[in-house]
Amino acid sequence: MSGHGPGDAGLRADRVGRRTDGRIIVDGITFAPRPGETVGLLGPNGSGKSTLLRLLAGVLRPTAGVVSLDGRPLSEAGRRATARRIATVEQHAHTQTELTVRDVVALGRIPHRRAWAAASSADARAVTAALERTGLTDRAAQSWHTLSGGERQRTQIARALAQEPRELLLDEPTNHLDIQHQLDLLDLVAGLPVTTVIALHDLNLAAMYCDRLLVLKEGRAVAEGSPASVLTPSLIARVYGVRAEVTHGPGHPVVRFLRRGGEAPVRPVRGTPGTPPGRP
Amino acid sequence: MSLRATLLTSTGLLALAASVAVAVTIGPADISTADVWASVAAHAGLGESGLAPLRDGIVWNLRMPRTLLAAVCGAGLALCGAVMQSLLRNPLADPFVLGVSSGASTGAVAVVVLGVGGGALSLSAGAFLGALLSFGLVLLLSHSLGGSTDRVVLSGVAAMQLFSALTSFTVLTSADAETTRGVLFWLLGSLAGAGWGEVALCAAVLAAVLVVCLGHARTLDAFAFGEEAAASLGVRVARARLVLLCATALLTAVLVSCAGAIGFVGLVLPHATRALTGSGHARLLPVTALAGAVFLVWVDTAARTVVDPQEVPVGVVTSLLGVPAFVAVLYRDRRKA
Repeated sequence: MSGHGPGDAGLRADRVGRRTDGRIIVDGITFAPRPGETVGLLGPNGSGKSTLLRLLAGVLRPTAGVVSLDGRPLSEAGRRATARRIATVEQHAHTQTELTVRDVVALGRIPHRRAWAAASSADARAVTAALERTGLTDRAAQSWHTLSGGERQRTQIARALAQEPRELLLDEPTNHLDIQHQLDLLDLVAGLPVTTVIALHDLNLAAMYCDRLLVLKEGRAVAEGSPASVLTPSLIARVYGVRAEVTHGPGHPVVRFLRRGGEAPVRPVRGTPGTPPGRP
Repeated sequence: MSLRATLLTSTGLLALAASVAVAVTIGPADISTADVWASVAAHAGLGESGLAPLRDGIVWNLRMPRTLLAAVCGAGLALCGAVMQSLLRNPLADPFVLGVSSGASTGAVAVVVLGVGGGALSLSAGAFLGALLSFGLVLLLSHSLGGSTDRVVLSGVAAMQLFSALTSFTVLTSADAETTRGVLFWLLGSLAGAGWGEVALCAAVLAAVLVVCLGHARTLDAFAFGEEAAASLGVRVARARLVLLCATALLTAVLVSCAGAIGFVGLVLPHATRALTGSGHARLLPVTALAGAVFLVWVDTAARTVVDPQEVPVGVVTSLLGVPAFVAVLYRDRRKA
């Protein structure tokens, strides 16, 4: 290892690969989010987004390459030390246990606590701050099982914040949420003072909220850069196999998908003077 | 410890002490409460009881160890049940899901009916070896299937079926009526054979396993959202799982070999306690152990007195009480389905 130079700061994947049952899931990805930025992880189903996130979190070991934190391989850092730096939010958290919102958020303190020791005032402060940041203070005593999908994801984000991480990894946290809750959640995540890597399905949401995008296809990184430079019709066609137009207005690019048959689908149904499907 | 936790634990300890003190005064032999306590005090080194040796023996060598063994078994089974339910993320898990009790039955039957060990092995020793064999098989099978919690549960189910079949086969083909009755009584769980040796052994193992489990209280909390979530909270999942499975299996094996497979305590008591303590394990584990102890002391007292002079296996009584409680738990949990 080359020591702890400034170039090593933060989380870094170096030619990491993962093979499961002889199938290559992640294939030689090199990637390092810059401190404080929000990186969107894009790619079709099965392109290796979730596996890459699990490799970055250290819950899965790479079969090739190295994931390192501040220049030190995760395999040497120890699980608890890693959990004090990197927090993860799953796509769909589920439990049978009867827990309140505060109980769930307090789970985030586990890597900071020793066996036998009672919760410290630092633990209490971190939990309170996380509840406040996610707007859940009023719901602290509510049962997890009575929360809506959006509130559950907020609670998981609060739990991740209680870990006081510098890196936050989220795996499609907006799945199953309606559009209002998707935007709420991404507003919250993009405003956090941590380095964030977030797997997303929706290209427009990714363009809106991410500083940088990493696009995967069949386990390989096929594009990386600003949303404007990455989201091009040719890349979308190559990765997702669909046709799209990309308009560059002020701010972020906007992707508009096209129907397979032909250009902007016309022929409104007879008798209904209507807008064509897609964007009006 | 928080105020509430201290309050719950000390209430539990007081309730247990009171339960034991009252339970030893109850029994078919007509010995007055004052005489019973005088006898206990005398053995604790406080003066003379003045009781006839036979009556003194009934109190000190029969009732007292039996009551204490009930307490230890209740505590241990409830503790193991709570740990299993959290570790396997399965509200229907109990201490016997790893095939320990079925293995113990087969071991006991092999000794008593088939004469395995040529007289050198006691029923308890046979049961203990059978329990370890079964648990070893479950561990091996689940490990080779990938080790995840559902594999552990399924391996346990497989072992349970296998050993139950072996037990039934052995009893039906080889045992005479009298042996069958004796074995059946033990299989259903009974504290009738309790002596000070069993109490000391079970209490020592209980204490050790309780310490291990309390040391893993936070780890068990971390399993609420599954193994991967636990890993991302810094838990070394495979190691924690192995330690906790082995510790609880050891305790269950020791308890079962002394008192048979007393059902439902380990399934229902943890659920009942969670309603009081919440699901944080630092609080849940000690309170559920105390609740299990108090519960089994009273159930065993009922088992040995209600149909006097007959004795009902305590496992039958726990199940009779346990089934309605179980239904209540299912009813309460229906919104989480």
